[in-house]
Amino acid sequence: MMLASQDRRGFLRHTGLFGLAISALTFLPRMAHAAWNKPAFDAKTMADAYKAMGVENPTASADVTLVASDIAENGAVVPVQAISKIPNTTQISFLVEKNPNMLAAAFDIGPDMLADVTTRIKMGQTSNVIALVKADGKYFTAAKEIKVTLGGCGG
Amino acid sequence: MPNPMKIRAASKDGVTEVKVLMNHEMETGFRKDSSGAPIPAWFITDVVAKLNGKEVMQAQWGASVSKNPYLAFKIKGGAAGDKVSVTWTDSKGETRTDEATVS
Repeated sequence: MMLASQDRRGFLRHTGLFGLAISALTFLPRMAHAAWNKPAFDAKTMADAYKAMGVENPTASADVTLVASDIAENGAVVPVQAISKIPNTTQISFLVEKNPNMLAAAFDIGPDMLADVTTRIKMGQTSNVIALVKADGKYFTAAKEIKVTLGGCGG
Repeated sequence: MPNPMKIRAASKDGVTEVKVLMNHEMETGFRKDSSGAPIPAWFITDVVAKLNGKEVMQAQWGASVSKNPYLAFKIKGGAAGDKVSVTWTDSKGETRTDEATVS
């Protein structure tokens, strides 16, 4: 698969030496974490993914923004950003409707975080991408179709 | 030992933006090698970020996060000199922690 080499170079240029510091925090006690949600990541339909995540009645919301380009030249590297203006947002997830497994990533937004996360995902083909937001136990979505000209899941 | 992450953390107007570039193959398990044998899935499943040792974010990832994952997030507060650490754990149980100083 091709890397987004220009992105990579840009990042390297800006990063400097900070990233090379090796943490001494490895052995500090960790907070209790939810176990990796295997049923949700293995789900092969949106309904199964939502069920495994405990999502009920997700509603489209203008307060959720999914930032992504309309066309992804390389499906292996599709930048996506989700921003929620809904108070008490505690989770932001990215799902791709037409991937073999829909759920790509789920972020737990702690009280010290802004509800604004960015990552890069793979897309096998043109598909709706969904930003799913959990706030006060309710679920809200923003969707955007991203056209893929070169799939990211081929061999 | 997995390769190090590159972390950049910058504080501006009371918000610390953290950008992370990880080194990982992120194999989906759907690909085949040149002889047609399936390449086993191998990907980062858990990510934890801390500010000065206090956890601020955790994430669960699937195999459809891109190879050599990029992650950006924003922390309320934080100031120059604070320490941001990021830890990932993959599906083989390997783990890597790196730290950066907020600028």
